[in-house]
Amino acid sequence: MSTLLRRALMMGLFGGIAGVHVSLVGIVNTFQTRDLIADIVTIGSVLPMLIAIMVGWLAGSTPKHIPRPSGSTTLVHGAMAGGVVGVVLAALALLVDSVSLTWILVNARPQLANILYFEQGPGLGSVILIAGGVLLGVAGAGLHLLPRTIARALAISGVVTIIAALMEPFVGAVLRNVELRAIEGFLYQSGGLTVQGFILVFVLIAAGIYGWAKRGDRAKARVAAMPPDRRRAGKLIAYGVLFAILLILPQIVGQRLSEVVGTVGIYILLGLGLNIVVGFAGLLDLGYVAFFAVGAYTTALLTSPASPVLNPELPFWGALPFVIMAAALVGLAVGAPVLRLRGDYLAIVTLGFGEIAREIFKSAWAQPVTGGAQGILSVPEPLPFTRDPQSIYYPILFFCIIAAIAATRLAASRVGRAWNAMREDESVAEATGINTVKYKLLAFSLGAAFGCLSGAFFGTKIGVVFPDSFNILVSINALALIVLGGMGNIAGVMVGALVLVGLPELLREFAEYRLLIYGVVLVVMMILRPEGLLPSRSRRVELHDVSDEDDDDMYTDEAGIDTGRPVVST
Amino acid sequence: MRGRRIRFNLVNLFLWLLGGGLLAFAAFGSFLTLVEGRIQPSQWQSLVIAGIALGSVYALIALGYTLVYGILFMINFAHGEVFMWGAFTAFFAATALNDAGLMVSNPVLAFFLVLATSMLVSMLVAIMLERIAYRPLRGAPRLVPLITAIGASLFLQYTARGFYGSGVRAYPDYTLFDGTISIGFLSLSVKQAVVILAAVGLMLALYVFINRTRTGRAMRAVSEDKDVAAMMGINVDRIIVTTFAIGGLLAGAAGILYTLIFNQVLFFMGFLPGIKAFTAAVLGGIGNVIGAALGGLILGVVEQLGPNLFLSGYGVPSPNQLKDVIAFSVLVLVLIFRPSGLLGRKENT
Repeated sequence: MSTLLRRALMMGLFGGIAGVHVSLVGIVNTFQTRDLIADIVTIGSVLPMLIAIMVGWLAGSTPKHIPRPSGSTTLVHGAMAGGVVGVVLAALALLVDSVSLTWILVNARPQLANILYFEQGPGLGSVILIAGGVLLGVAGAGLHLLPRTIARALAISGVVTIIAALMEPFVGAVLRNVELRAIEGFLYQSGGLTVQGFILVFVLIAAGIYGWAKRGDRAKARVAAMPPDRRRAGKLIAYGVLFAILLILPQIVGQRLSEVVGTVGIYILLGLGLNIVVGFAGLLDLGYVAFFAVGAYTTALLTSPASPVLNPELPFWGALPFVIMAAALVGLAVGAPVLRLRGDYLAIVTLGFGEIAREIFKSAWAQPVTGGAQGILSVPEPLPFTRDPQSIYYPILFFCIIAAIAATRLAASRVGRAWNAMREDESVAEATGINTVKYKLLAFSLGAAFGCLSGAFFGTKIGVVFPDSFNILVSINALALIVLGGMGNIAGVMVGALVLVGLPELLREFAEYRLLIYGVVLVVMMILRPEGLLPSRSRRVELHDVSDEDDDDMYTDEAGIDTGRPVVST
Repeated sequence: MRGRRIRFNLVNLFLWLLGGGLLAFAAFGSFLTLVEGRIQPSQWQSLVIAGIALGSVYALIALGYTLVYGILFMINFAHGEVFMWGAFTAFFAATALNDAGLMVSNPVLAFFLVLATSMLVSMLVAIMLERIAYRPLRGAPRLVPLITAIGASLFLQYTARGFYGSGVRAYPDYTLFDGTISIGFLSLSVKQAVVILAAVGLMLALYVFINRTRTGRAMRAVSEDKDVAAMMGINVDRIIVTTFAIGGLLAGAAGILYTLIFNQVLFFMGFLPGIKAFTAAVLGGIGNVIGAALGGLILGVVEQLGPNLFLSGYGVPSPNQLKDVIAFSVLVLVLIFRPSGLLGRKENT
């Protein structure tokens, strides 16, 4: 058996396992209620198909050191891999259908088998499943035979179309809001895209991406050729347009989406703060939720009429200075004990701090101050009018902009360079005269300030502060979004927050699998693209110009970045 | 140069003050508690025994952390999840055997069957974890595998949630280990005795394995120096997988022992025991096998005794809510006063 064929079969097997996982975790069942094309294809049954396509594509790819086989061989490999996926899933469906496993696997219900069989019964269903796997595998492998730009355009527009179908309730709401009901009626039908909508979205996006791939470089070159002052003017105009859109955003998207946008904003603030600690200074803080909690509790204590002790009932804005002060103190309190710890030890100890904070807030001992497990109710809203999501959006936007500017300026400043040096190699940084104690504490305090601010908004947005809102998962959330976006990069934080917080908030089906997806994102990103989706420029250069090995990356504390390059030798 | 020394002294001074303050707080609290005599001697005794039983479970998990750290210098953050998968397997195996009637007809065989399946499944999970998540990152900077481990931990946790459901499942109470034993003035339940004996047996087996077998010797060699070990003809990758497998076996055993004590399984149950077992490993000196066992026992006892001993003297209401706080404070104290742990080597910080 040739290496490539064996590889293809392995891919198929892995794909099959992935399919079994997705089915048994319940994702297939959950998405059965949503249609890709209304009344024709459900998202639940598309998932196994997607896996077959992906496996076919992987099976058709060739590792660098092996010569590319002929087109027909590629297609055969794709077919084999896709077929294996089909066989594995058919076996799963048969098992689920014949043996009752629900007392162990809660999702192994006959309904699952029914979805996998495309509601055609075991006999015809498994034939369809296997044949479909083969066909989709061929299609996936066939992407290699098309020109690169076209294959890319097709793949991306496929994903976008699925997202567009999933977003039906929200895109629909926006279209209704801006009085474009005709478009909504054309594209969507209850639960999914219409047939013509599906075709239109797919073709438009594919054409757009193809066009950009063809012409984009020329457009970029034209921008680069502009004189600097005109380029700056263009940039300013772009920012201005962006800002204007952000200002009217709540009016466009309506109540429910404004709520989501507000949550995304809170997580952007949180991510910007954690980015200072982790991305800039290289201190992996897993107890970041402690800052978030302190911010929320300080706000609640100072503003809420229901606060158990000392309720001065300050307005939200009056409480903010105290929140920042509390943040600085807590930053020092968390930072000082961990000054001498490095890397992974620091991570676990800060994780411990996060848990300590929550347990103390929750305990009966602290009840006279924090309200114990009941928390503090009726935190007032920041603006004196109403607590509607469309008005609370503006203060959040304001602070996000301030924070983004502050973070950008910090990164470019002397402080930022000191952090940079510290992250790369603490001992060398110290030897070159950087006061690491000072800069570590500064990183913790600034990170704490952002985190507390974010917590303050969280408290006031929800209106109640419960200890259990501040568990480890908030820290993991923030970590996942900066890892996805690209550590040390402001735009990366925003993209990460949009993808990891915004999408799951929108898709209630996703909410249940949110953390599962975060886990996959963290592992896959670390293995395939440790610099994130939007890496900061210095990191991109570091990772892709210095050496071709993707292994080395931002935290080169011991391995050193130059492993792929000869060191000066004698 | 002089300025630098003064600065470091300030940091040290602060840390010592913090640590000393915590210790003084605990000591004064214990003094108050003892003077007031709030708790009966028999209660102290049962707390200590419960602590030892819990501590032996922590010790088994801590061994997994320590073995992996000794060889790869990475914290296998997902190890708590390996333990959780063992506990779930034990739950299902026990339920199946109970339905088949084996629990009643031959309880000892049934117990060993359950133990074997849960150890096996945990071992498989640990091996897959190493192959899929950690091996591609061998040699990457230290934080990269740690973030991967957090991701893997989430993945395993929420896979279990999706597979088995999100509710707490109560472990059927088998009559096998009911009753109490009295040895002199000591009295402990049969369950606790089983937990302690099983843990001690496994730890002895591990000790013998590491010190008396060829593979054990190879493991020690790899943890001394990977490159030299490879030059001596040791297959380093195989040893690393073996290490994960052994850690998984012990975690699986810990899983069933833990469910014996607490009688329930939940997808989130691996998190806190995992962190505490890590604390135990650090307390004993990470990378040190005997240290992990010792650290586990100490942590278990401190966690059970601590709230009542340190806090109830101050009149803190329901001090047991704060037992996790005490466990984590132990971690912070160890890292301040003796970062290398009780039995660790100096350079292992």
